[in-house]
Amino acid sequence: MKFMVPLAIFGVLVAVLAIGLKLDPRYVPSPLIDKAAPAFSLSALEDANTTLTKASFSGRPLVLNVWASWCSACRVEHPLLVSLAQAQGIEITGLNYKDTREAAQALLTEHGNPYHQNIFDPAGTLGLDLGVYGVPETFVIDRDGIIRHKQVGPLTPEIWQRDIAPLLAKLKAKAGA
Amino acid sequence: MRRFFCLSFVLCLATGLVGAADTPHTFTDPALQARYETLLNELRCLVCQNQSLADSHADLAQDLRDEVYRMVTAGQDNAAVLRFMVARYGDFVLYRPAVKPLTWSLWFGPLGLFFLVAILWWRIQRQSSKILDTPLSSDERQRLAALLPTADSHDNAS
Repeated sequence: MKFMVPLAIFGVLVAVLAIGLKLDPRYVPSPLIDKAAPAFSLSALEDANTTLTKASFSGRPLVLNVWASWCSACRVEHPLLVSLAQAQGIEITGLNYKDTREAAQALLTEHGNPYHQNIFDPAGTLGLDLGVYGVPETFVIDRDGIIRHKQVGPLTPEIWQRDIAPLLAKLKAKAGA
Repeated sequence: MRRFFCLSFVLCLATGLVGAADTPHTFTDPALQARYETLLNELRCLVCQNQSLADSHADLAQDLRDEVYRMVTAGQDNAAVLRFMVARYGDFVLYRPAVKPLTWSLWFGPLGLFFLVAILWWRIQRQSSKILDTPLSSDERQRLAALLPTADSHDNAS
């Protein structure tokens, strides 16, 4: 009985530290979840004369993938994006972040282009408004242009299946209804 | 030898200078300059998380410094700059997070813990002094005498 109090304190301490160990210190929760995506007016990667705006987001839920040719982690997730786009017909909008047109297009030619459209953001202005801090980042945006999910770091098939695929299916069901 | 120490001291100082921000922004107005520098020290870089924007060499930190510079030059006040950063990166960017229900445990937790320990300590002290102050009953005295025959005999002898 005498040992119950220290034992209880020890138990609580172990539980708190165990939770703390499991947390990822690099994960910063985004304040943008459930907020409207920022407005922008940037050119398309493929064509400098085409202007893309937030209007290109509306109408259906979509996946927005922030990437760059200089980003090595982006190449890790690239094959997954290609297979999602080709095999499952997932619509992925690219945000080419602080890159050059030549380098970005060369990468897409070499490794395949999973993007339905690509926003070219050489100065990182839209990236700043989206709170991008570790490329690659992936956002899920609903048909009303509201950000519903943010993934920092490369996508893996597990993360896709666990976090993004169910959310996207839910948003699509809602958009269709 | 002395010259050697002088030289190494100067070199140490020089490394500190190299560590400063890559492309520093300068203002003609010293008040704006001071505000800019204060803001950079209040904001955390998200890439190297234990460095402020003033210290960090990350590309992102440079972008954010440019943004702070732009906003300060445009006449925005400190609160507006901090709001801008929090809207994009969350409370995490602030080295001094705002006092609100979510951060109460952060701000007042240590003080609460201090009072909790103080109260516990006070109660333990009071309990042990109570034990010392209470005289032994005749029954307890007899048991004590049985346990400590030498002390008892010593008592009788004196």
